[in-house]
Amino acid sequence: MKRAFDTAGDLAVDVEAAVDGMEIASIAKIGRRDFLKLTGLVGGGLMLSFTGLRAAATGGALHPNGFLRIDSEGITLYAKNPEIGQGVKTSLPMIVAEELDAAWEDVAVVQSPIDAATYGPQVAGGSNSVRVNWDLLRTAGATARAMLVGAAAVRLGVPPAELATRDSHVLHERTGARLAYTELADAAAAMPVPDAGTLPLKSPDQFRLLGRRITGVDNEALVRGEPLFGIDQSLPGMKYAVYQKCPAQGGRVRSFNESEIKALPGVQDVFSLEGNGNPLELMPGVAIVADSTWAALAAKRQLRVDWDESTAARDSWSDAVAQAGRLRHEAGANRVVDAGDVDAALAAGAQRLESYYTYHFASHAQLEPQNCVARFANGAVELWAPTQTPHRGIGNVASTLGLAPERVTVHQTRCGGGFGRRLYNDFMCEAAAIAARVDAPVKLQWTREDDMSHDLFRAGGFHQLEGSLDGEGRVSGLRDHFITFADQGRPVSGGSFRPGVFPTGLIDNLRLEETALDWRTRCGAWRAPFSNVFGFVIESFIHELATAAGRDHLEVMLEIFGEPRWLGTGNPRALHTGRAAGVVRLAAEKAGWGRPMPPGRGLGLAFYFSHAGHVAEVADVSVDAEKRIKVHRVTVAADVGPIVNLSGAENQLEGSVIDGLSTMAGLSVTFENGRVEQSNFDAYPMLRMPDAPQVDVHFVASDFPPSGLGEPGLPPLAPAVCNAVFAATGHRIRTLPISEEGFSIG
Amino acid sequence: MRLNVNGKEHELEGVDPNAPLLWVLRDGLGLVGAKFGCGISQCGACTVLVDGQPVRSCSYPVAAAVEAEVSTVEGLAGPDGELSAVQQAWVDLDVAQCGYCQAGQIMAAEALLRENPSPSDADIDRAMAPNLCRCGTYLRIREAIRTAAEKRTEGGQS
Ligand code: FES
Ligand code: FES
Repeated sequence: MKRAFDTAGDLAVDVEAAVDGMEIASIAKIGRRDFLKLTGLVGGGLMLSFTGLRAAATGGALHPNGFLRIDSEGITLYAKNPEIGQGVKTSLPMIVAEELDAAWEDVAVVQSPIDAATYGPQVAGGSNSVRVNWDLLRTAGATARAMLVGAAAVRLGVPPAELATRDSHVLHERTGARLAYTELADAAAAMPVPDAGTLPLKSPDQFRLLGRRITGVDNEALVRGEPLFGIDQSLPGMKYAVYQKCPAQGGRVRSFNESEIKALPGVQDVFSLEGNGNPLELMPGVAIVADSTWAALAAKRQLRVDWDESTAARDSWSDAVAQAGRLRHEAGANRVVDAGDVDAALAAGAQRLESYYTYHFASHAQLEPQNCVARFANGAVELWAPTQTPHRGIGNVASTLGLAPERVTVHQTRCGGGFGRRLYNDFMCEAAAIAARVDAPVKLQWTREDDMSHDLFRAGGFHQLEGSLDGEGRVSGLRDHFITFADQGRPVSGGSFRPGVFPTGLIDNLRLEETALDWRTRCGAWRAPFSNVFGFVIESFIHELATAAGRDHLEVMLEIFGEPRWLGTGNPRALHTGRAAGVVRLAAEKAGWGRPMPPGRGLGLAFYFSHAGHVAEVADVSVDAEKRIKVHRVTVAADVGPIVNLSGAENQLEGSVIDGLSTMAGLSVTFENGRVEQSNFDAYPMLRMPDAPQVDVHFVASDFPPSGLGEPGLPPLAPAVCNAVFAATGHRIRTLPISEEGFSIG
Repeated sequence: MRLNVNGKEHELEGVDPNAPLLWVLRDGLGLVGAKFGCGISQCGACTVLVDGQPVRSCSYPVAAAVEAEVSTVEGLAGPDGELSAVQQAWVDLDVAQCGYCQAGQIMAAEALLRENPSPSDADIDRAMAPNLCRCGTYLRIREAIRTAAEKRTEGGQS
């Protein structure tokens, strides 16, 4: 797993898969019993640490460490993972507080330092934070609770079994004794550490905090404009830098107007950097260092670079469209899934359908452009970085500067959006490389134009589908030839079918084939990678088949799911057909599926399974003669197991619907001659408030292990809307963004 | 050059009069609430008030603000630090996801409510359309503005 990240020259291929697996892999290595260790602290206090990779700091630790700390002053919980808007700075500590039986009002939450030895992996990606840390954090809370109870038992001279806990206190019912955790912390620190495997954990009906609506721990700081984000960080004597790379990836600096730039007001220095050959780390470019952001930005406008593009990307979207159009009727180069006998099923079908779906490249467009503060001194570098993968960032920076990883320190900041973009740490490497040349701390600031031209794009793609229905109108066969992209033979990130991809295992005769076109420009994980586009393709096509059969879409979907069962036994991240049917039914019921609709108005249904989350959505839309779509309401039903923070969970689904709608409406990145043709939001028109639909969120309160919500709400949105447009108009949309077919939202 | 921000006069030296107000606030005065998102008046992350009107400070030359009163999100709370009705509604309704756009949203909402104490949903949509939220918190922003409007009307806040 580590190799995939650290090998120089490694591209973004499967980073999302690796991120998915990363936390699990390293936690699996450590038994649940072993990973908690009590650490005595100077000044008293109880501290629990993740000690998977080395012993935690022992007595004398002056810095916060571990998941919680209680002393006479209060209760502090540590939020381990980067906050990118998915709410983990609130939800992860809530899990600890639940088992600790701490009153949420009594708790202070602090962002953890980046420290693999103490925290294990610290990643925001793959909707994994809750799922992967659930047992770990519950055990951390329960262990501390047991020790507090133990200390109280000694103090009161009663057996621990007679004691209860509630609201940060140990209670003894018979005598009415009530001891605050803060008074007990010192004594609890001296208690033996219970065996984590024997600790009783609450059942969901015992939860007092989880499942409630809890407001974000940073809310007040946010509305006061406090410096939480990467871009807000500053150091004494700091200089401001910008970095210009070749608009076509891989271009090298031949020359630039050095003396002219140096003479501009506020400019301290200008120099070129070679790049280290890894497009995920440092690409060649010209750095300008100035005494203010504005001076650097103004100078960048005057910068003229002569690029050597002999080895640069020449990617062209229009060429890709033409090539895919030629290839789509051929057999795919690879068969990824080949179940049953697709050719026979298609040939024997009572009806046979063919459709061709296309989706464009897209940008992450996280609202905070990349930035990073770096200070280089004495052969070591310290960075303040809005990154989703801080540990990986350490490796990237170390490799860029040729330093041992121990010489790189990263401080995590709040991130102004992630969406997958900040899984990649090129901006950290640039900041570090510039800081290494400057005798002061440096803040690197990307412009929006830098961000849009040097994103790791959500790859576009093309799908030629064929499907058949048997005499009963059941889906009998399905073939998809996916025309995608590969960089030197390696599929681009998000550009290939992943094992078990929906609807594998649900359609007996299923063949998924791939052919890759050459592509050089970096692609990357974009919220619900691959699912965010494939959901549109497959769920639209299944609706096409249901329509051709003259059958109700809901009925056909439930028929495809069949009997309740796990697909892929032993895999807790697999689709469960009963859970799938459950959310589809719930969404349909809440949206009034089947009710008569006036002309020009329709309901559309879609389901998708990703990141262990089962989500169904129903869109209610009307469409006017100008192909303007008004989305009245989107009804969402999700099954992700127990909900940690209901407010955060609802917010994620509301946001996923709006992000999905925004992206499908008109967001497209196109390339010619290796250059991105869009440079800023004027050419990348995200959805605005007047076009935001009502969103109703419903959860199936199942007690399967919990999973995350940052991503799985997005994939069903586009097909639900397109299916509704079909219901309203009879027009089948087969291109994203839908502006390509003349449609708009609003 | 003198600049009045949140009721305080600042003496600025050696500032390029063409420098956008945003960067003077952020780098010069350390007021980092207003954010940089696009630099071309498209996202509203940099929204501050100049004489009560919302402006995109990324594209507003500092020289144009010299005779005016500039308000930023840092200046909204009362003298004892109590949050404004708008800020409080944002906290209570848990509006933010990443939060990056929210200072700009809050300033746009403040400007709206000062001008129009009981806006209709259409008024809200119109006033807030210049402000993008990449995370898609529009529904909660709308709700927070309604809540703040009610509270302001009740409390007689102007
Ligand atoms: S940064 Fe000013 S409008 Fe986007
Ligand atoms: S909350 Fe993230 S951009 Fe609005």
